[in-house]
Amino acid sequence: MNNTYGFGRIILTLVFAMCLKIAPIQGSLAIYNPDWVLLTLIYWSLAFPERVGIFHAWTFGLLTDVLTGRLFGQYALAYSLVIYISLLAHKRLRQFPFIQQALFIFCCLLLAQLLLLFIKNLQHTAQLRPTFWVPVFTGTLCWPLVYNVLRFVRLAKPIK
Amino acid sequence: MRLLIAVSASIGLLMIEHISPRLDPLRAGLSLVVDPIKYLVDLPSEITRRTSDSLQSYSTLLAENKKLRETESLDKIRLLKYDALEKENIRLRALLENSFKLGEQVLIAELLSVNIATPYENIVVVNKGTRFGIHPQQPVVDANGVVGQVFRALPTTSEIMLITDPNHAIPVQVNRNGLLTIAVGSGELNRLNFPYLPDNADIRPGDLLITSGLGGTFPPGYPVAVVDPFTPPAGKQITATPKAALDRNRELMIVWSNANQIPITPTQTVQNPQKEDNVNE
Repeated sequence: MNNTYGFGRIILTLVFAMCLKIAPIQGSLAIYNPDWVLLTLIYWSLAFPERVGIFHAWTFGLLTDVLTGRLFGQYALAYSLVIYISLLAHKRLRQFPFIQQALFIFCCLLLAQLLLLFIKNLQHTAQLRPTFWVPVFTGTLCWPLVYNVLRFVRLAKPIK
Repeated sequence: MRLLIAVSASIGLLMIEHISPRLDPLRAGLSLVVDPIKYLVDLPSEITRRTSDSLQSYSTLLAENKKLRETESLDKIRLLKYDALEKENIRLRALLENSFKLGEQVLIAELLSVNIATPYENIVVVNKGTRFGIHPQQPVVDANGVVGQVFRALPTTSEIMLITDPNHAIPVQVNRNGLLTIAVGSGELNRLNFPYLPDNADIRPGDLLITSGLGGTFPPGYPVAVVDPFTPPAGKQITATPKAALDRNRELMIVWSNANQIPITPTQTVQNPQKEDNVNE
C-alpha cells in the first residue's frame, strides 16, 4: 500500500460533499442541509489520521469559502480547528460506540457553527434565528449515513 | 504547531479581506478551481430544462411564437413613443439644468441553480463573470423590475445580492408623488421593509416604487416594488412586494449605466457653485 493510496477517492468524496453543500434545495428545506464537507473531512481524519490532516482541512475550508462566497478563512478556520480536535481524539473515537461517536460529531458541528456565527457577527450583526442550529442536528443524524457510505468507498477495491 | 499555522493563517486572511480588496486576485484564481462545481450542480436542472424544451410539441411552440410576435409588435409601438418622450425629457431636463443619466447597456446572464448562501441571505449565482466585464455593484434587473446588484464578480460566475437580502438597501421613491425613502430587504423573497418611513408619510397601498437614483448604484426610474395593502396608520409596518419575479426568473439583465452624464446645457456657466456640490456628491 503506497502513500497515495486512496487519495483520489478522498478528493472525489470531498468534491461530492461540496456539490451537496450547494445543492439547490427548495425554499424552507434549505435550512436542513448539513455541512457535508465537514462531515466528510471528519470521517477521513478518523480513518486516515496520518494522511488527512489540518492542512487538508484548511485547504478545503478555503475552497468552501470561495465556493459559498464567504470571507476568506471563515470555513478554513472552523474546519482546521474541528479536524485538530478529531485528530487528537481519533484513537479513542474508533473504540467508541455509535451513540458516543454521534455525540462527538454533534459537538464538532456545534463548534464549527459557533465559529461561523462569531465571524459573521464580526462583519455585521447577524440575525440569530433558532433555525440556524438545525444543520447541527441534521448533520448528526446524517453521520451514520456519511460513515457507512464513506466506509464503503474506503473499503471498495482499488480500481487499478 | 500546524494548528497554530492554520488558525493564524485563516485569521490573517479574514482580517485582510475584511478591510481591503487586496485578496480578490487570489479569490478569482481559487474560484477557477471551484466554479466547475457550481456548473456541475447546475447540470441536472439544465438537462431537464433542455429536454423539456425539445420535447415541447409543435403546436405549443407555434402558439407561443404567435403570442411573442404580438407582444413584440406592441412593445415596438410603445418604444416608438418612448423615443420621442426620452428626447423631450432630455430637452426639459436641460432647461432645468439637471444632469441626466441615459443610455444603459445590458447583458443577459442566466441563473445557476445552486444554493451557495445560508437560507437567511438572498444571494444567487449567475453564469457570467469578470470575463464579460462584470464588476461589483452593478445593478441587475429583469423584465419587471430591479432584482439586485452584483455582490462579487468572479471570472466565470458572479454572485448577485437580491433586493430582499437583509443586508441590502435600495433608495426608492414613490412614483405618484416623488416621496423618497429606502427599501430594506426582509430576507423573504416577496417582501421589502421601510424602516425609515414616518407615520404621516403620503404612501398608499398599490403605489409603485421606482429607483430614485440616489446613492449612485441604481439608475433612476426602474420599477422596484408595489406597496402592499395596509390599514393606516401603519408607518414602519408598511411592506412592499418586489416587481421582479425574484424566485421564478432564470434570465437576469446586468446593467451598465453610461458613465458619461448628459451635460448640463449651459456649459459656459461653470462658475455656478451648484456644480461643485454635484461633483462632491
